[in-house]
Formats: sequence, structure tokens, C-alpha cells
Amino acid sequence: MKGIRISGGRVVDPANGVDAHLDVYVAEGRIAALGAPPPGFRAEQEIDATGLVVCPGLVDLRAHCREPGQEHKATLASETRAAAAGGITTLCMPPDTDPVVDSAAVAALIRRRAERAGYARVVPLGALTRGLDGCRLSEMHALKSAGCAGVSNDFHPLESPLVLRRAMEYAATFDLTVFLMPQDPHLANEGCAHEGAVSTRLGLPGIPAAAETVAVATALALVEEIGVHVHFCLLSTARAAQMIARARHDGLPVTAAVSAHHLHLTELDVLDFDSRCHVLPPLRTQRDRNGLRHWLARGALDAVCSDHQPHEADAKLAPFSATAPGLSGLETLLPLTLRLVEDGVLDLPAAIARLTCNPARILGLAAGTLGPGQPADLCIFDPDAYWTLKAEGLYSQGKNTPFLDWELKGQVRYTLLEGRVVHALPAAAPESAAAETGQRQDAHEPA
Amino acid sequence: MIKENIQLDAQGRLRHFLTIEGLKRELLVELLDTAESFAGVAEQAVKKVPLLRGKTIVNLFFEPSTRTRTTFELAAKRLSADVLNINVTASATRKGETLLDTLRNLEAMHCDMFVVRHPDSGAAHFIARHAAPGVSIINAGDGRHAHPTQAMLDMFTIRRHKGAFHKLTVTIVGDILHSRVARSQIHALSTLGVKEIRVVAPRTLIPACPEALGVHVYHELRAGLRDADVIIMLRLQKERMRGAALPSEHEYYQLFGLTEEALEAAAPDAIVMHPGPINRGVEIDSSIADGPRSVILQQVSHGIAVRMAIMSRAMQPSPPGQPATAVSEGMEEGA
Repeated sequence: MKGIRISGGRVVDPANGVDAHLDVYVAEGRIAALGAPPPGFRAEQEIDATGLVVCPGLVDLRAHCREPGQEHKATLASETRAAAAGGITTLCMPPDTDPVVDSAAVAALIRRRAERAGYARVVPLGALTRGLDGCRLSEMHALKSAGCAGVSNDFHPLESPLVLRRAMEYAATFDLTVFLMPQDPHLANEGCAHEGAVSTRLGLPGIPAAAETVAVATALALVEEIGVHVHFCLLSTARAAQMIARARHDGLPVTAAVSAHHLHLTELDVLDFDSRCHVLPPLRTQRDRNGLRHWLARGALDAVCSDHQPHEADAKLAPFSATAPGLSGLETLLPLTLRLVEDGVLDLPAAIARLTCNPARILGLAAGTLGPGQPADLCIFDPDAYWTLKAEGLYSQGKNTPFLDWELKGQVRYTLLEGRVVHALPAAAPESAAAETGQRQDAHEPA
Repeated sequence: MIKENIQLDAQGRLRHFLTIEGLKRELLVELLDTAESFAGVAEQAVKKVPLLRGKTIVNLFFEPSTRTRTTFELAAKRLSADVLNINVTASATRKGETLLDTLRNLEAMHCDMFVVRHPDSGAAHFIARHAAPGVSIINAGDGRHAHPTQAMLDMFTIRRHKGAFHKLTVTIVGDILHSRVARSQIHALSTLGVKEIRVVAPRTLIPACPEALGVHVYHELRAGLRDADVIIMLRLQKERMRGAALPSEHEYYQLFGLTEEALEAAAPDAIVMHPGPINRGVEIDSSIADGPRSVILQQVSHGIAVRMAIMSRAMQPSPPGQPATAVSEGMEEGA
């Protein structure tokens, strides 16, 4: 048996309760063994992971890749390459492409193109309604057969709670997870910032916290009757997170995620009309950010996702409300989550669980663990390396991130997808230019 | 509260005029004093001073406006600048030209100052951040955010009638939520140190966290007007009746319209202001708008002097007869 030996690293595999210094053996694209080599193993390649953390490849529950339809923003090839650089081996893509993922053909096309690029596994979500029109149900069974991990209408409003109820019932028939973006469109009222002190000062149309809590309450009431598994894609308010915690306590089959940026930024970052901080749901108060951290630590929020939304530069060059919402987040997902370890919110295994086995479970995938026989998706990172995020260092086509020039701790050194090294950062002295400016040496985009 | 104050240069002198927020009291007082020196210009036989001779000023309006645009135009002409009026209707944007494209095209014509009105909050900041060095931006109203020249002309009017600010109680009545005028007035009044700022409106027209603005909120007109020295009535946009913010003009007038009876609660020498245009019989009774307490028309004529002051200070930091150092001294710590 020939393969890769990853030696000397701290192996963190929360799904199996592993946190120890072990060697990892990879053969035929799968985890062959942890600790002692399997019988007859011959290392063709050796990865020295001394001082590094070896964990399952990250699973990102929400990453827009823009293809098909918006290739001027990004492509599956560019964004899966960025995912690999961020240690992400599986990413779940919302259905709001053009055409919308409301047929098996579009789902298959996305999977095929991602496979051809070869950097990360892409799992599409199917549309909940045809063309995301909010009233006609999609062919959910066909979408499931085509590999969709669930169905979602993303931010596109549903015509009525009745449509939501019917969609939940139909999805439940096929054991499909409904991915909901909890925002009541009427209460959001075309707002672009959290309704509060900052929106009042800046005169920006506000989105009240109730836009989220009302949507969560409606969905929870229906879940209670129907029993369908609902995943809340992004929460932004402490109150909604608390409602999920209570529903979980009552035994409802619901899960929830939060974006990495909602765990670090607040409405105050919007001051100065910084369009890079124009995201949906909006950045909310310090109290909300602390509440989200609390419920993430307590487990009511299962996962941290990137909510990756790459944009061309022009999309952010306009007055705040006229800019496209969203930030480019694949390459900051890991360091921003590790920052929570630094801040004492989570310990390292708990942080990694929220990036690996927990999101994999929500997607119903055999990923995010290092059990023998599992696909060898691995993220190997240096937990102590400091680096500064620079636009020219980003692999993503979208350079729209408010974290530019932040000094981040924790840098991906190797990413393996099914036993292949899809990203490797050459070891560099800490003082060298490579460590200072990010990893990318081969391309220099104009600033 | 704005993180970097792009309105001021490294010496703390005015470079752009985007919002009152973040400007120091000394600077506002300087502007009012400068405006006072320009107020006489209109009475001269030759209504011009040569301060901005050879400069080109563009009035770039993305929203219709008569009064604000014409007073800016007159102010620029009295400063001897060349003025270009550009009304960008939806047509240019419909052709796909972005705000930045419009700006770049105009910059290629070597203009020195843009006076900008735009329906989006933050538009003036956006333009200031992307304008070529040396080009000044004056905000003539951006979305719900700010209308700082209007606020300054209101301060000028208040000072002319009331003198010192610190003893004054000022009541602003109407649609605070959607009003850029109210936001700028509130910042100006608190920077100038008035005793109390009150706002009066139903809950639907009050923004979230009004305490962030430093105002006292009233929902009853007479209570809000009690002993007020200055009453500012805001224009009620008729669209609000469609958006479920208000039931009817009739009920609004009954509760929040300024009538002779309501005015009795205010101080006997209270002045009544309105940024215009007035909805007679919706927010204010005609007899008050045209009555002795009203200073509404003075506001309009003061607009020219105040805008002359702001334009001349933003374009050349030292006012007539004063060395530049006198201005910068008080400002340096605020830079």
C-alpha cells in the first residue's frame, strides 16, 4: 500500500474525539490509519506537520461561486481554488445562480464543473420554488437525486406562510433538509443596515431585528407541526439564536449557522459608509455579536460558515445602499474562527467541530471526520503563524472583504482533497515577504 | 463618529462639507461669521465678490430641486465662479453609467467643486472619497443622511434672531425618520450647545434609538412646544400616507399641525422655521406661515450668504481679511 504519511502534527478530529499528536496515513484517497502505519504501508510522500494542526478539511455551508451566470464576479474554478487555500474541501452553494438550480441539469452542471476544477467538492442546494419565484414548488425529488443537499429559497421571499408550509411538507416526504434564510421581506423593507443607533445617524434604511425573529418564529411553529429538518442558514441576532436554543431543547429538528464576520464585526463597522461591510443579514449590535458567540459556544449554533459572496470591484463602488451586499470570505473562515479560540469563546476542538463534522452532518455528508476509510480531506494549518490579509494574496476573484490589512493568526499550509494535495504553502521564514503579504507569489492584481 | 474625517485636511481646515457631525463648534461659528460678512453683498449695487474668480463649480443634482440649486447657483455667481448645472435624471443611470463614471467625466473638464444632491445616504461621502485631490465636495442633501448647508442657514437664522445658542430650547416637529434636514439640524444645534433639542412626531416617524442623536422625544405637540424658543416644522412627504406610516393628512394636522392654538404653548417670542416647501394646512397653518413669528422667507435669503461662506471656505481656507493660521489654530486637535 502506497500513500502519504503526515507526521508529527496535532491531530484534531472532533467527530471521533481525537486530539493528540499522531501520524496520519493516507492511501487511495482515503484515511488509511491514525497512529501506527497500516500493514504494508509505504510512504511515497511525507508531509512534516511538526508544530501544525491536522484536521478534517473544512465544510463551508454557504459559499456563492457565481457560476453559472455571473462569471464576471467569480467562477467555480476560481472560488474552489480559494476554498483550497482556506482549508475548505467541501462547500455548499445556494441555488441563486443563473439559471437557478431548480433542475437536475443545473445541479449536475455545477458538480461537473467543480469536479473538473478539482480543488474542492461543491454541493449545490436546490431551489425551494421554481425559479425562486416563491410560489411554485420545485421538483425536489429530482434535485435530491441530482445531489442537492437540501432545498432553499435563499433571500428570495416566499409568497406566503402557506407556501412555506407546503414546501416543508413536500421536502419532508423525501427527507430533504429545508435551508431557510430567516428574514421577513416586509419587515426588512429594502433596508441595508441594522435598524439602530448607526442607521439612525447615517440615515440608512434599517432592517429591524424583528425581521429575523419573526421569520424564525414562523418557521419554528411550522416545524413543530411538520417535523421537517430545517437549517437556518445565517443568524444575526442574539434573540433568534436564543429561540433556536429553546427549540432544540424542546427537541425540534432544527440547526443553525452563523457567518464568521457576524462573530467579529458590528454595526459600528458600517460607520463611514464602508460598503465592504454591507452584508445581509446586516451587522448588528455588540450585544448581538456577543450573544451569537455565546450560543455558538453552547452549541445552539452548530456551524460557522463563510457566507462567501465574491463581487467585482464595481459592485462595491457606489453609495452604501446601492452596493451589492456580501463579502469574500472563504480565505478568512479558518483564521476568524480560530480568533474565537484566542478570545476564549471556544477551545480548538470545539472550533474545528463547527467547521467540519457539524456542517457535514447538516449536509448529510460523510465528510468532516478523519475516521479510517473516510475520504482523505485534510486541512493542515499552522495555528501560530501570523499573516496579513492583502487583496493581492487572495485567490478568490472577489477582493471585497473588510478584513483586508487585518493581522490574522492561523495559516493553512496544506489542503488535501481525497488524498491529493490541492494547496500547499511553501514554508517560509516568518520575516520573509511571503509570510508578510499572504501566500500568493504568482499573481499580482492591480490594487 | 465618522472614523476618518475626510472633510478636513491635515491642518484641520475644511476641504469638503459633507455633514455637520464631527465638525467643531469653532468651525461652525467661523462659518456663521463669514456668512454674516457676505450677507451685505446682496445689498450692494454690484452683488459680487471676486473670491472664486476663475473657479468652476458644478451643481450635480441627482434629485430634483429648485430652491437649493438656485441658491447654490446664486452663491457661486456672487463669488464670481463659473457655474455649471447638471441635472442627472434617471436617464444617465439607465444607460448604465455609474455615479463614479459621471464623476470622472466631469472631473475631466477640470472642475474645482461639486455641489451634490443624491437620493442615497452616503453619496456625498462616496464622491468625496473618490474625487481627485483638490476637488471639493459640498453635500446638498444625500438620502436621509445629511443636508448640512440647510442646517447652517437655519443656524444663521436662529443666531440672527436669538443671539446665543446656549439658552435655547429648539423643537423639531414632523418626519424625523426620513429627514436629512432634521439630522443635520440636530448635529448643528448640539455642536453649538443649545440647552435642549426636542423632536415631536408619532412613533412611525421617529427613527430607532433617537437617543443616539441626543434629543428628547415627544408624541404630543403642545408638550413638545412648551416654552420652546425655536420651532422647526418639517415637510410631510405625502408618500408616507401610502406606506402605512400615517393614516391621513387630516389626523396628522389635528395632532401635529402648527396652529395658533398650539403655538400658544411656546415662548411668546418663539420663531417658526420651515425648510420648505410648505404644505399649508398639513403641517402648518397658513396664518402662521405668513405671520409675524415666521422666518421662513428669511431662511431662503440667508441660504445664499451661508452657501457663499461654505463654498469660499472649502475652496480657500482663509476668509477675507483673516490669515489662514487664525482658522487652523483652533482646529488642529480635531484633525
